[in-house]
Amino acid sequence: RSAQFQLAVPVAVVFAPGSVPADLPRPLPFRDAQETDISVNLRTSVTSRYEVTYRGTTAREEAALDAATARDADVALHMLQDAPLGSLTMYVVPETSSLLPQGISVYVGKHRSALVRAEGGLAALRARLRQLTQVMSFTAASIAAALSDRVPDGQLGPDARRHLKSSLGYEITFSLLNPDPKSHAVEWDIEDAVNRYVQPVLDKLSLVANFSVDSQILYYAVLGVTPRFDKESSSFLLSAHSLPHVINPVEARLGSSAASLYPVLNFLLYVPERSHSPLYIQDKDGATVSTNAFHSPRWGGIMVYNVEAPASPQVSLPLRVDVDMVRVMEVFLAQLRLLFGLSREELPPEFLLESPGNEGLADWELDRLLWAHTVENIATVSTTLTSLAQLLDKIGNIVIKDDVASEVYQAVSSAQSAMAELSAGHLHSAFQASKEAVTSSERAFFDPSLLHLLYFPDDQKFAIYIPLFLPMAVPILLSLAKIVREARQRKKLPTKID
Amino acid sequence: MAAVGALVQLLLLLPAVLEAAAPGGTQRDTLREELLLSPLPAGDVAATFQFRTRWDADLQRGAVSHYRLFPKALGRLVAALGVRELHLALTQGFWRTQAWGQPPLQAPAGAELWVWFQPTVTDVDKAWKELSNILSGIFCASLNFIDSTNTVTPTASFKPLGLANGTDHHLLRYAVLPREVVCTENLTPWKKLLPCGSKAGLAVLLKAERLFHSSYHSQAVHIRPICRDASCLAVSWELRQTLTVVFDTFSSGQGKKDWSLFRMFSRTLTDACPLASQSKVYVDISPKNKEKDLLEVTPPPTSIHEAIVQGDKRTYAVYDLLSPSLFNTSRSLNVQLKWKRPQDSSELPTPVLHAQRYVSGYGLQTGEISTLIYNTHPYRAFPVILLETVPWYLRLYVHTLTIITKGKENKPSYIHYQPAQDRRRPHLLEMLIQLPANSVTKITIQFERALLKWTEYTPDPNHGFYVGSSVLSALVPSVIAMKDVDVEQSPLFTSLFPSSDGSSYFVRLYTEPLLVNLPTPDFSMPYNVICLTCTVVAVCYGSFYNLLTRTFHVEEPSRGGLAKRLANIIRQFRGVPPL
Repeated sequence: RSAQFQLAVPVAVVFAPGSVPADLPRPLPFRDAQETDISVNLRTSVTSRYEVTYRGTTAREEAALDAATARDADVALHMLQDAPLGSLTMYVVPETSSLLPQGISVYVGKHRSALVRAEGGLAALRARLRQLTQVMSFTAASIAAALSDRVPDGQLGPDARRHLKSSLGYEITFSLLNPDPKSHAVEWDIEDAVNRYVQPVLDKLSLVANFSVDSQILYYAVLGVTPRFDKESSSFLLSAHSLPHVINPVEARLGSSAASLYPVLNFLLYVPERSHSPLYIQDKDGATVSTNAFHSPRWGGIMVYNVEAPASPQVSLPLRVDVDMVRVMEVFLAQLRLLFGLSREELPPEFLLESPGNEGLADWELDRLLWAHTVENIATVSTTLTSLAQLLDKIGNIVIKDDVASEVYQAVSSAQSAMAELSAGHLHSAFQASKEAVTSSERAFFDPSLLHLLYFPDDQKFAIYIPLFLPMAVPILLSLAKIVREARQRKKLPTKID
Repeated sequence: MAAVGALVQLLLLLPAVLEAAAPGGTQRDTLREELLLSPLPAGDVAATFQFRTRWDADLQRGAVSHYRLFPKALGRLVAALGVRELHLALTQGFWRTQAWGQPPLQAPAGAELWVWFQPTVTDVDKAWKELSNILSGIFCASLNFIDSTNTVTPTASFKPLGLANGTDHHLLRYAVLPREVVCTENLTPWKKLLPCGSKAGLAVLLKAERLFHSSYHSQAVHIRPICRDASCLAVSWELRQTLTVVFDTFSSGQGKKDWSLFRMFSRTLTDACPLASQSKVYVDISPKNKEKDLLEVTPPPTSIHEAIVQGDKRTYAVYDLLSPSLFNTSRSLNVQLKWKRPQDSSELPTPVLHAQRYVSGYGLQTGEISTLIYNTHPYRAFPVILLETVPWYLRLYVHTLTIITKGKENKPSYIHYQPAQDRRRPHLLEMLIQLPANSVTKITIQFERALLKWTEYTPDPNHGFYVGSSVLSALVPSVIAMKDVDVEQSPLFTSLFPSSDGSSYFVRLYTEPLLVNLPTPDFSMPYNVICLTCTVVAVCYGSFYNLLTRTFHVEEPSRGGLAKRLANIIRQFRGVPPL
């Protein structure tokens, strides 16, 4: 279970004319490398190595940096570079540059580049670049979250276990729960909403895993908790501490994914019964949650969608409700990002992050996910193979078929090549290798011939032969006792004679 | 040719695309629910629930992933495994055709699964295995025990019930598990597939404790593609969930044949499922023996429906739960039926086709399976397809197969026999037999019982081994000419099997499952042998050990043993000097 990871991040620092610090140790261009250690536990250590190349701008980059706004510059620079996954380019612009807005000294673009204002000396610049690199690749916290199985309890933050485990695929299920079809005829145009809002994000994430999306409508599906009526606001409230009990009764109706083995992400839209609406979710402080939604780590999210009461009481039931999908999808997409660990961390005010736009995900955020998943995959492979080895140690006469053996060899070599690629800074090939390693190791581990129940345990074999062993042991034990007795007497006798 | 094919496909696709583009105002799936209550000749009452979800979308193209009324679990299964038609039935008890008449939907005791796969499926056996495993998870049934030893590919008996172009029987798989016990854990997932669950509509009557307190319980799921409209250019998918239960009201009702919904289900109906476009209760009030007004149903039905069902003219009282007038007077509907006059149930109308099967012979080596097929039609002969699947451990002697009708040998016009392979596949025997009018046909075949390996015995092997029901499929000539019916309009209970023409109707019957004893070893014997041998070895070892380790030395007789002392006492009495 011991593992030494070495993660190499290729970083290019490009100085625009007029931004080169005076105290540069060597003339441009030159290379430099910095290493830091992230300790996870006693046997797992992660070394991150930033391989920094310092150089000046080319003429075309200079032209691109002449753009009016940072966003335009980002677009223009993206055309020039063909940055592989995991690599970062940082452009240092002069302190007086008008590219960055007032008060902003770091701008992170949609792709794999950032603009940094040259302020202070080289030391200040280095510290800033370092912080930026961590934001755009990985931090000690994100690596610890990826290796959360190995981190001792109590050392992790509350968010660390929220992330979905790395898997080869995910199934996303949107469910509309209508507990009261008699009074509400709820319609949602989920097909269009998925194509418009979810699919671009998933297209981008398709590098990470396979995704399948489906939806269903469940009638007469109720929450497990009866909401409390609040007289002041004449509404119903679900308090934060009762939310854990909400999911279980619904879960039974969701239907598991019988046809695949991938983890399922559930997003539920709950339209409360007429007798229980409007329904609001209350947080720990007693204030109503503005989005009226909550998420459950590694499971999915629930949103409560209130139907406005009809103006006149003589409306014929059922009331036709068309769900506003923009509002719903905003919440679900935010929850999706949270579940994948893509939430944006708290950053100093001088950092400006470009919004990822329609794709919902910037290139460097994808890289972050890939770093974390690669590390997690390798850790999973090592855990799987270790427990397989433990099983083999326990049952000596287990039969390892040739195909299982070749899967194990494949897993080990893929994991090793993933480690090698990681330390060489090739994120994409490292991730692919780690995926192959996971597939092979799982196939070996879950091979039906390796079920330990198939093998007769040794202690039971002994039990069967007890009728033989017991009568045979009696004379042996008796004679042993006799020998001991005689030996003791022989010892006693000479002392008496003396 | 390819271009034409592509064009046709494009034309087929076009309406689907157009419909998909339309805003979600029009519902593309509809639900119909129906309950048929029919008093049986012997005094029992059969209740048949049918829930039909029709979805105007093509599941196969894979583009569909947004479900409304159609259950997602089944839809994904159909799409992922290339299923064209799926029929699963879980049954407890046996439908007594002789006493109860022709069943609306019969299923063999235990679990029955038959599936047609799409021609695009390359490895049918793998898909079949996967499908049975997933279904066993969905329905909590032991369908995962379906393997090659109980799966057959019938050539003639099971034709697709839905839309099909080409009936290559290599795409068909059929399996029966006669040992399967059906209970609540199978009913709950079945109810969960209904859009309204058991919360509203007819499904509120499905209370497990009443349903399983009955003579016969059979629940089924049928999925098939059907024509979307009369022109049949596009495909819709139909899911039928059926549940048949037979209550013995005669013995539980103090010898009276009267019944009500509440007496049978201990619930009454209060509303229709709000998602259903049709929700009806049919009560069979057909006059028997030309005597009208023998029975009385309350409350008064909303309408009367007359139909020709299985060659018989039937009259049904219909309660439409969606009609507002029904719940005007009372808040709940409790259909009651009263017989005005006690009628003698001595003469039961015998169904045209019925069958019996039993195993005969003595000893544990050989035996004989006999099947009796009755054709009680007074003047018409008709052919019947008999499908017999026998596990490999009963080795059939095909040369002993005899078919005798009215004392003469009856030569089947078609025989398909696939011999069994030990531990690999069962026997499959399919025959097309002509049944003369008013006749009994006896089919016998002898078998030998095989010895199993000791790990192959089921738990409780002395109970015996089941042989699944044999299947009879026939087009029975109808006495009354039938009209062609529109599937969308007619009641559900008449529309599962496609009717061929007006002169005959399709019947599928299942015979009794057989219970055969196999030579069973004493399973504790190995352990007994181990114990005995070990004891013998241990005793031998002990004495040898003693012999080898003890040191023997001669002991001087000191005062003599007990015998000597006794002898001396006796000698003292006698006055003789001691030894």
